[in-house]
Amino acid sequence: MFADMTVASALETLNRRDISACELAAAALQQIKETDEAIHAFLTVTDNKAMAEAEEADRKRAAGEAVGALAGIPMALKDNICTRGIRTTCASRILDNFVPPYDAAVTELLRQSGAVLLGKTNLDEFAMGSSTENSAYFTTRNPWDTTRVAGGSSGGSAAAVAAGQALFALGSDTGGSIRQPAAFCGVVGLKPTYGRVSRYGLVAFASSLDQIGPFTRDVRDCALVMSAIAVHDRRDSTSAVVETPDYTAHLEDGVKGIRIGVPREYFAEGIEQGVKDTVRQALAVLVSLGAEAEEISLPHTEYGIPIYYLIAPAEASSNLARYDGVQYGFRAYADNLWEQYKKTRSQGFGPEVKRRVMLGTYALSSGYYDAYYLKALQARTLVKRDFDEAFTGYDVLLTPTTPSVAFPVGAVEDPLTMYMNDICTIPVNLAGLPALSLPCGYISGLPVGMQLIGKPFDEGTLLRVAYAYEQHSGLKKARPENPGQRGSGL
Amino acid sequence: MSSYETVIGLEVHVELATKSKIFCSCPTAFGKDANTQVCPVCLGFPGTLPVLNRRAVEYALKAALALNCRIPSFAKFDRKNYFYPDLPKAYQISQYDLPLALDGYLEIEVEGKVKRIGITRVHLEEDAGKLVHAGYSDYSLADYNRTGIPLLEIVSEPDLRSPEEARVYLEKLRSIVQYAGVSDVKMEEGSLRCDANISLRPVGSSAFGTRTEIKNMNSFKAVQRGLEFEVQRQGAELDAGRRVVQETRRWDEDKGHTFSMRSKEEAHDYRYFPDPDLVPVIIDSVWVEEIRRSLPEMPDERRKRYVAELGIPEYDAAVITAAPAMADFFEETAATSRDAKAVANWLMGDITRHLKALGLEIRESKLTPSHLAELLKLQNDGTISVTMAKTVLEEIFTTGKRAGEIVSEKGLFQISDQEALGAIVDQVVAENPKSVDDYKGGKDKALGFLVGQVMRQTRGKANPELVNTLLRNRLG
Repeated sequence: MFADMTVASALETLNRRDISACELAAAALQQIKETDEAIHAFLTVTDNKAMAEAEEADRKRAAGEAVGALAGIPMALKDNICTRGIRTTCASRILDNFVPPYDAAVTELLRQSGAVLLGKTNLDEFAMGSSTENSAYFTTRNPWDTTRVAGGSSGGSAAAVAAGQALFALGSDTGGSIRQPAAFCGVVGLKPTYGRVSRYGLVAFASSLDQIGPFTRDVRDCALVMSAIAVHDRRDSTSAVVETPDYTAHLEDGVKGIRIGVPREYFAEGIEQGVKDTVRQALAVLVSLGAEAEEISLPHTEYGIPIYYLIAPAEASSNLARYDGVQYGFRAYADNLWEQYKKTRSQGFGPEVKRRVMLGTYALSSGYYDAYYLKALQARTLVKRDFDEAFTGYDVLLTPTTPSVAFPVGAVEDPLTMYMNDICTIPVNLAGLPALSLPCGYISGLPVGMQLIGKPFDEGTLLRVAYAYEQHSGLKKARPENPGQRGSGL
Repeated sequence: MSSYETVIGLEVHVELATKSKIFCSCPTAFGKDANTQVCPVCLGFPGTLPVLNRRAVEYALKAALALNCRIPSFAKFDRKNYFYPDLPKAYQISQYDLPLALDGYLEIEVEGKVKRIGITRVHLEEDAGKLVHAGYSDYSLADYNRTGIPLLEIVSEPDLRSPEEARVYLEKLRSIVQYAGVSDVKMEEGSLRCDANISLRPVGSSAFGTRTEIKNMNSFKAVQRGLEFEVQRQGAELDAGRRVVQETRRWDEDKGHTFSMRSKEEAHDYRYFPDPDLVPVIIDSVWVEEIRRSLPEMPDERRKRYVAELGIPEYDAAVITAAPAMADFFEETAATSRDAKAVANWLMGDITRHLKALGLEIRESKLTPSHLAELLKLQNDGTISVTMAKTVLEEIFTTGKRAGEIVSEKGLFQISDQEALGAIVDQVVAENPKSVDDYKGGKDKALGFLVGQVMRQTRGKANPELVNTLLRNRLG
């Protein structure tokens, strides 16, 4: 029963007093207990705290006190989002023992809304990766097929929602880290406009690209969670001073007259035919509902990955320099300071993190800065301009989220091949735009995601188009029947 | 040594006196227990973000405007990356290619000539923490109280031509920043720090020689001494046909030498890049004008005004106006006391001496302008003598009592009564026939002795001028 619930339906049931928050939390914890040995979505489960928070939600409801919009809803947070008193590891050995003395802005907002934290979910170390295979702890398995990856870097959050362990989860997206795992796990994932959700308390990977967003089981839930977390925050200088809309208000407005641009570069070589076909069928559904679609061109798309792999590692090399073993986290002891730095960082970071720190350090080095980092910044504006132009004629752009469905664990060994996974999602981060991935079909029982890209701060239109599609796709209730088992899908 | 021209440029760091730090709300108070003025933001904890303190920008602009800088409408912050335990994020938020202010200058006076020294740029950055090395132990401790205190870096053009000019420039800079009211600028507390770039070139040459950077000059005197040493050292190298090595050198005050710290090859690559956690700073010209209007009268203007309006000598005016507190004190006192020159003399002489001995700034002492004005009045109207005034001043510094009160308590008023003094003069003349004869015989010195005798009899209270006159009349 819990596995079929959504945030919206759970709230209704809670408000009718047909179920208590404690019962919901217990059901979620039970589901985690039963399935997570196979899925490995959670790095930390906070059973006792969860039950205490659920009790508080129940007490407030019983006492007739005002409750937050998500009171009693069990959820999970990616383990790079700081939680006061609960360890926050970034799936890295270097932060294995790190317990933040503060909450991230989103953690605070969710606490205020009454949501119940079940625990912290797995990721690629410091959110660097597309499969959670770079986690220092373990690889999260795809609930639709446990031989396959859940995607990454927010694989734990995506899998937790797909496996019915949490009603929603938050992840972070720097180059596709929400949308790609959402696509692989068959859930809805939204990367908001850069600046829409506060980054305060999100452990930084690449600050100019990072953005927190929700994983949910359907589009309405995505709107509900966004309404709780898209709040201006003075502690984040890049947080936009924009009112928080009620994202559910226009869900049912339909797509009549909506102009959809379909960039041909996203249906090119490198994208599996099955994925392209599935996404085109979804587009046909939207057109049948009254949307207008036209093929367009975003000519600088091909530069997305090279630009990203200069800018993101450059920022990361600086952001991750603070893990030096001096104040907190892992420290390897040595005879002198410089040896201590070397040992701490050599032993504390995994291979992908080291690769990116080295790449970024190189790109920023004197003599190379202009040729690499600066050039990447300039090219980034070209990518952004492509989108600006496209949005003069279209309301949303529609593309595949990923080039393929979820791949088997261990199948991608070459980092460059792994980087190609984000070919459809990276340009969106470079341009700071909002984009949503939602399930649009299946190939051999594995979910396919389509990506809707919107104008800055126009998450509302993305949700409205996605909702219209979801209502008519016939896919809404599709879930892995026995999450955590091979071939448990359709 | 052949004849070389010295070329010096200074990089000065000034801690701004904002109440809170530059990127978080921690207090900036000096001298608190280690690691009590810190928070996750200034400690660089994972996930925390900087938010720029508007007041720090305002103070920076105020100083920059006082230094005649141009304020571009757009500035940004960059990260300067390096590892050190006093730097919690392993990068310092600073400004690289788009600083807050550019192209300023200040004027110094050397050997009676006014010289304009260019200021290349003024930028804002965060201070680092402090390592505490506990004796001979095998560890160091880190105190992050200072981490994130706003620092202003003021870079001069290589316009200084001698160590003395460098010191004078630094003193003038301190004076201007003090007037702008944005920093304590105390070298001993580290709120004013100075590094120098110095090179020599043959006289007449326009190309620059190879420079060294000198660090750790922790007082005005050290700046001059360190640079004087470096002029000698570089000159000796060149005279011997060797090259000056481009490097960073550290001044050792005790040994009186500079020592090599690191060579150009070992220099850090700071990998500056724009800090993505901060947004560009757009400076509104209306705001700049507001700040400009809020600037008080600067030392040069004050000096000229004191000379023109109060009639004190150029030298006195320069000394009095160096620090705003002293200038304000002077002006307040001079407003009620007619004799501005006397006020200046007292301030530059006895008062400065007392302050030095007490280790106090003028505003920290018990002496107020109205104290001083009263003291001068008592001296001018003949109630007390100069010697008495000095005693009273000392008493004011200790007790903070008013001059009049001290005078009556100690019975320090001067005897200017002709009859009373006349009797004493008669007595002294009668008792010292030999001195009287000496004086009459042409020995002027003898008069001094007789005056002294009168003063002794009156325990110093006799009006010395009057005693002089009476004696001359009597013996004349």
